[in-house]
Amino acid sequence: MAKYKTKGLDCWGRAKELRMKYYQDYMEAHKRGALRWEGGAWTFDAVPQALEGEVHGLTEEPYGASVGANPQLQVKYQEAAEGKWGCARDLCAYMRNYWGSIILNEFAFGGEWPKADFIFQNHICCSHAKWLQVADELEGGDIPFFCFDVGAGAFDKIGERQINYVVEQLYDGIEFLERVTGRKVSDEKLIQNVYNTYDSACYWAKTCELNQAIPAPLDEKTMFSLYVLGTLEKSHKDIAHFYKNELYPEVKDRVANKIAAVGGEQCRMLGDTQPPWGFLSIFRYLEKYGVVSIASLYTFSLIGWWKIDKTGKLVPYPTLEEQGVTIKDRDHALRLLAEGELKGKLMWAPFYGAKYKNDLVTQIAKQWKCDAAIIHLNRGCEGTAQHQMEMKIALQKMKLPVMTFEGNMADEREFDEARTKRLMALFLTETLGLKKVAD
Amino acid sequence: MIVAGIDVGGKNVHVVITKNSTILAKVGGPTGINKAKAAEQLYEEALKQAGLKRGDVTRVVATGSSGSRVTFADGVIPDAAADARGVIQLIPSARTVIDVGAEEGRAIKISPEGKVLDFAINEKCAAGTGTFVDTMARALEVSVEEMAKLSLQSTRSIPMNAQCAVFGESEVVSLIHQKTPRPDIARAVHDAIAGRIGSVARIVGLEKDVVMIGGVANNAGFVESLKRDIGMEVKVPSDPDFAGALGAAVAAAAGVLAEKVEAKVVEKEKIEEGKA
Repeated sequence: MAKYKTKGLDCWGRAKELRMKYYQDYMEAHKRGALRWEGGAWTFDAVPQALEGEVHGLTEEPYGASVGANPQLQVKYQEAAEGKWGCARDLCAYMRNYWGSIILNEFAFGGEWPKADFIFQNHICCSHAKWLQVADELEGGDIPFFCFDVGAGAFDKIGERQINYVVEQLYDGIEFLERVTGRKVSDEKLIQNVYNTYDSACYWAKTCELNQAIPAPLDEKTMFSLYVLGTLEKSHKDIAHFYKNELYPEVKDRVANKIAAVGGEQCRMLGDTQPPWGFLSIFRYLEKYGVVSIASLYTFSLIGWWKIDKTGKLVPYPTLEEQGVTIKDRDHALRLLAEGELKGKLMWAPFYGAKYKNDLVTQIAKQWKCDAAIIHLNRGCEGTAQHQMEMKIALQKMKLPVMTFEGNMADEREFDEARTKRLMALFLTETLGLKKVAD
Repeated sequence: MIVAGIDVGGKNVHVVITKNSTILAKVGGPTGINKAKAAEQLYEEALKQAGLKRGDVTRVVATGSSGSRVTFADGVIPDAAADARGVIQLIPSARTVIDVGAEEGRAIKISPEGKVLDFAINEKCAAGTGTFVDTMARALEVSVEEMAKLSLQSTRSIPMNAQCAVFGESEVVSLIHQKTPRPDIARAVHDAIAGRIGSVARIVGLEKDVVMIGGVANNAGFVESLKRDIGMEVKVPSDPDFAGALGAAVAAAAGVLAEKVEAKVVEKEKIEEGKA
């Protein structure tokens, strides 16, 4: 008999529905006279989505991950990218999936590749700096392109100067959007989008915070399917509503009623970076040993906004409602948006040094009461994989057993499922001394 | 209690049968294409050597990269777990185990009880494995045994790339064309792999006694290179390639089975045999 009671999430179906609607809307946008844009998942979608009329975006990384979840499809797309460009296999795996999809004129969700009307991109890493420039060339080289830089510094270095740096570029972006689309950016929509963005980002963090409970109400495999909505369009009212009014209250209720993600929870695991998407079964394998992956800097703060309180603890970034802030105008909205993204998204900090990652990850391990860590040495994303071995040492210094395995988030040719499970079995049974709780 | 340990590696299968910790039989042979069949044949050979029948053996535990292919085993344990148990029985003072086999090089930090505390593996790369040595020996047109002896004759160090087996081989060919003495090339190859394995070992932290096992531990030239690289003494037990199988036998005696052989593996074997 399981140690804790468990059940699936009631809002699971709604999350799936929102995700599919997003891709469906993008595909059908032109039929309805709507505009289509491409950009990164970390792009400030609140801005292009404030254009008058109907607008739909396609964010790159979740698309690359969706392809990555299908091993046959990913190899097909990657080989197309490699064949066309001779592009190196050590480039971002999401990016290669994306390019291959365009080259084959095939959209992973059905039909031909849906060409965008404009690109609204930001530079969060070296791949993002060129990803959509190449995509545009593959699509004919005639898509209006705007790109802005967000490399303003880690969360603890953000002041007026850094916020101004991004806001001034966003003003340029608005000018670009209005010029290339012939539509106006609506201040009313922009303001609402920023409220929605805050709700999505802050309530996801609040939901993750609830996972400090024993038993954990959520497992990381499930969390992957939940945070993705924020990478698609966190400024959307339905997505903000989902995080604030559906997911968060339900998870809170699970904590109050001790409803576990994994009934046999006996070991709380810390993870890192994107998983190998085509092989999420490794998380189910862990569960056979009562191991539940409950936390990672990546899962918590890819879309979640956080702050470090006076005692050094990670706490959810306050919503605008909690801050008692009412957005006055366009400038105020843009400043709040930039402030939240720059100060709250801790995921950006490791780009500025290993110490940030070590400090944040060890703090997560403490606060979420992790017993061990399994680190995916992700060859598919150099950005999130940086400092991983430094992080291993930092975790081991706090006496946390750590296992690493090599793989790739979206290139199955670089992941060996059988070997990874062998390593996991070794780590779980020998290093952690766990026994199977289920077959 | 009579038990058996079977280590099915990328290149060779090793079988050890013990009775109350005393070794009754040791048999090794090539894995070949049909790993299950090779394991079965060698197990039969080991039983014959020990004068036993299958029914005399209380428990069989398999290990190695293809341990799960041993369909008649009672259980399978991970290779590093078998290594740790085997080594602690052979050399109780061991705290760091370096196992270099045909397809993988790994370092394991173990407790005095033989528990795996940490491990690191040279993944997805031939350059830190026994296969690399085989390839380089072929390029030098000598056997692996001869290459080991040659490298011990060398008195100078030539830096060589071991980041990639393909580039490594072309570098050996270049050295041959430059008329570099063979002993120096042989040592360069060993130094290069030792550098790679040494890096893997440093990930878990080197602690005395360092014990090397696996097929490559039979190569005295490589062991010398490893000693130079890590700056520590390296102990090698007799028959170091049997350490994993011995560890599996130790696990069998202790009733540690870890994983049962899954039905789908049995099915896969039938398909390969043309029975399904």
